[in-house]
Amino acid sequence: MSGLIDLSASQAAAAIKRGEVDPGALFDLYRQRAATDSLNAYTWVAEQAPKAPPQPSLGGVPLAVKDLFCTEGVPSQSGSRILEGYRPPYTATVVERLAQAGAPLLGKTNQDEFAMGSSNENSAFGPVLNPWDRARVPGGSSGGSAAAVAAGLAPWAIGTDTGGSIRQPAALCGIVGLKPTYGAVSRYGMIAFASSLDQAGPLTRDVSDAALLLSHMVGERDPLDATSLDFPEPIAMPSRRTLAGIRLGVPSELTGEGIEPGVLGAFQATLELARQLGATVESCALPHAPHALAAYYVLAPAECSSNLARFDGVRYGYRAADPDDLLSMYERTRHDGFGVEVRRRVMLGTYVLSSGYYEAYYGRAQRVRTKIAADFAAAFERFDFVVMPTSPCVAFELGSKLADPYAMYLNDFLSVPASLAGIPALSIPNGLASPPGGGTPLPVGFQLAGPAFSESQMLDVAFALEQALGFDGRAVRS
Amino acid sequence: MIDRDTVLHVARLARLELTDGEVERMVGELGGVLEHIETIAQLDLDGVPPTTHVVEVANALREDEPRASLSRQQALAGAPAVADEGFAVPSPQA
Amino acid sequence: MTPDFEPVIGLEIHVQLKTRTKMFCGCELSFGAPPNTLTCPVCLGLPGALPVANARAIHFALMIGLALGCELADHSVFHRKNYFYPDLPKGYQISQYDEPLCRGGELAGVRLHRVHLEEDAAKLIHLGASGRIHGSEQSVVDFNRGGTPLVEIVTEPELRSPEQAREWLTLLRATLRSLAVSDVNMEEGSLRADANVSLRAAGSSELGTKTELKNMNSFRFLERGIAAEIARQRVTLEAGGSIEQETLHFDPVSGEITSLRSKEEAQDYRYFPEPDLVPIATTVAMLRAAREAIVELPRARAERFEDEYGLSVDSAHLLAFRFELANYFEKVVAVREGIDGQQIANWLTQLVARIGDQDPAQSKVTPEAMAQLVELISARAVSAPAGREVLDVLVREGGDPASVVEQRGLGALHDEDGALEAIVGQAIAADPAAVQRVRGGNDKAIGALVGAVMRETRGRADGADVTRLIREQLGI
Ligand SMILES: [Zn+2]
Repeated sequence: MSGLIDLSASQAAAAIKRGEVDPGALFDLYRQRAATDSLNAYTWVAEQAPKAPPQPSLGGVPLAVKDLFCTEGVPSQSGSRILEGYRPPYTATVVERLAQAGAPLLGKTNQDEFAMGSSNENSAFGPVLNPWDRARVPGGSSGGSAAAVAAGLAPWAIGTDTGGSIRQPAALCGIVGLKPTYGAVSRYGMIAFASSLDQAGPLTRDVSDAALLLSHMVGERDPLDATSLDFPEPIAMPSRRTLAGIRLGVPSELTGEGIEPGVLGAFQATLELARQLGATVESCALPHAPHALAAYYVLAPAECSSNLARFDGVRYGYRAADPDDLLSMYERTRHDGFGVEVRRRVMLGTYVLSSGYYEAYYGRAQRVRTKIAADFAAAFERFDFVVMPTSPCVAFELGSKLADPYAMYLNDFLSVPASLAGIPALSIPNGLASPPGGGTPLPVGFQLAGPAFSESQMLDVAFALEQALGFDGRAVRS
Repeated sequence: MIDRDTVLHVARLARLELTDGEVERMVGELGGVLEHIETIAQLDLDGVPPTTHVVEVANALREDEPRASLSRQQALAGAPAVADEGFAVPSPQA
Repeated sequence: MTPDFEPVIGLEIHVQLKTRTKMFCGCELSFGAPPNTLTCPVCLGLPGALPVANARAIHFALMIGLALGCELADHSVFHRKNYFYPDLPKGYQISQYDEPLCRGGELAGVRLHRVHLEEDAAKLIHLGASGRIHGSEQSVVDFNRGGTPLVEIVTEPELRSPEQAREWLTLLRATLRSLAVSDVNMEEGSLRADANVSLRAAGSSELGTKTELKNMNSFRFLERGIAAEIARQRVTLEAGGSIEQETLHFDPVSGEITSLRSKEEAQDYRYFPEPDLVPIATTVAMLRAAREAIVELPRARAERFEDEYGLSVDSAHLLAFRFELANYFEKVVAVREGIDGQQIANWLTQLVARIGDQDPAQSKVTPEAMAQLVELISARAVSAPAGREVLDVLVREGGDPASVVEQRGLGALHDEDGALEAIVGQAIAADPAAVQRVRGGNDKAIGALVGAVMRETRGRADGADVTRLIREQLGI
């Protein structure tokens, strides 16, 4: 049955439709692989295929779902001890929609606790290993989803991206990851990290799979999410072979300093390839992009400090044993229930919102956000897409960045600007590069960011690049 | 720029117990992160409006129509402590 | 010399809106439902759940804003007010902060500061000593009430006495009742009032330090609580002390005022714009709908009472500013055509003196009985004092006035059958001293004789008749 593994999700869906593949057999194959996962990519795996016959659209190709999506009766802990034993009484809108479309739940994937992290080392379930090198991180926070797809433990997966949590692990694992336009995918049932930034998206083997999965995640707005939006048109399946007429802008602020030479080299090579395919490639300016990381690390922790206030040991999840009184119940439950990084961000967020600091931090960060969105808007007057590497580095060694929180935060500096602007951004694998100091070559990601709702065109451009790049991830799927 | 007392005050606001060692570490780590964050203080942002929502949408209301509620059993299913058909907590008045 | 102090009072009022469902989810509002049966992921604050604002709650809030003459914002925003408490499922309350739905406004000369929308907290029930876990007392949370839409109305500190505060709140209540946006019942908690109280030297424009008196759950307690707090502050200030800014609780049973939250550190609510909700843009259509939904406000109703029933200005206001009383009045008037409205108004004052804040429609006196009583009095078949006695019986036992009069022999005594004349004769004979004084030109002394006749007839005689008969018999 090894042939089945080689089918991409959209190929499998098509084969099921043609009657060549039995969806039950496909589910069992992936269930088996997921259940014997040695990457710690899964936190829960379905025991059997769903009883209902698969819907024609996606044919029954099973889906790996990041732990933070609520799934009725199935553990949903957002990688946190504080939700130990929690099984929600409802299912997230996007998971429900995908199941309806014929992508049943295969399992829940490991992640950084409450989606806070860039290495998947902040999980109550322990770190996820990168299938390209098990001594290295898969990236985060959707590390489990990325590793599962890369290693063929799932045909495809969904994750969430707040400041890069889909794109960065996709880059580090050599797969495709897309953060849609903010509001395009319902957030209802996604355990929140930072509400104004969180967005669900696909992690897939290739661009076509991303388009197919995304096409069933967006559509009519969800009445249960006030910030969700109608997607203006159906997602088109990508088919473009050239980049004639496509204008790519290269922001000097995000393509120079602080990026590993191997990553920059791969990036330059891809720009050259784009030119060969007919694109115009010119430099552009995002003058406020260097401040995006600072603004992000004010806004996201501030929102998280409030979003995580509900984890108080009263209604669900973990409660510290034998509290002396109400205050100690709160304080001990939240100390013991949250991991180190979550505590750090809750503290940071509480501080920047506290009396006397709001305007200096939160207010200013919101204004920086306005500037960054304006920078992108100006760039899109001249360019169809802005391109840059997804991550400044290839997968790094487990534990190597845990000592210095800011060193870890720096991983996000290329992905955060698009997040703040709420625009779609996508990462495709564009080659392998050796880490500094040498070693096994590891995947590198190439990032495109476009105007709101430009997903179809972006996927189309990515498809043309993908075909020309010919990235091969089969080595880690065996 | 951020001292022990501030960390303790913020931890109380956030209802987080911290050991002495954790307080020390937090002083250093938060201080370090804030140092980087404070670069935005140098930007000229006069007259720039704040962005709360990247999408320009208003209202997005729901009609006043009932939806099914959870049963009490469902509501209490995950509760760490239950008493008298409700969620039990140490009394705030104790 | 101690300066004379003047009270400065502001009210902060919370009104539960009478929508079908909660502010941010589709759970129905609870009217005594069993605990924790009206909850959902949103109002339990389950992970991943998101709020969506109730259109009717915003409609009701706009109606209130219009009725109170507020300036309605065309752009308004929800904020999160962050604090921990077991009755607050998300660790924050969704409320409004610096961009409320309505600002300003005025009711009966008292200016309003703002009117905004928010969600109610759940109910926390203290189990007391019986429910002990690990030696500490337990409380239990019922989330049925959590998320009920609330409108908060904040006045400027322009009220000057406990009585005025009570009257003003009564008028506000009538206004809200006439809008049919809330039950506005203080005992049931759909109307809750906190009062800010301070004293300042009379004539000064500077405000003194204020205290906040929490959750007084009846009009009477509100008045008494404020009066008690004014007295407390006066004593403190006159003794040269100073007032501490704090939150207080008034115990209506003991009359005592105690400090709340004394242990609590200073609150820091860390308000920020609620990212899960989008702004409210008040559209022309929303405004029109709100305007059209307003039927008749108390002031208009009072004017109509003057025009339609010939009520005096005072009577019209007295009735119209108390919603249930006005409704009752209209029911009594409707019993019979041509009935004297002013007379009814006068007798309703008598009724109120007997039943207090109770809704007269809930009393034992039916509108029909009330109308009949007024007719009996107008026809002089029952004297005014006897009428009051009949009313006492009606309030206690119900029934119809004619039977009460019949059974208790309270019908007016006229002199047709000579009975009254005989009683007058007896009274004159029994009090020669009074007779002498009357004859001596002391006209006031006649009162003693009239009083004696009234006592004898148990008030059934007509005062004018009695005076006439006395004069006749004394030949003066
Ligand atoms: Zn609800």
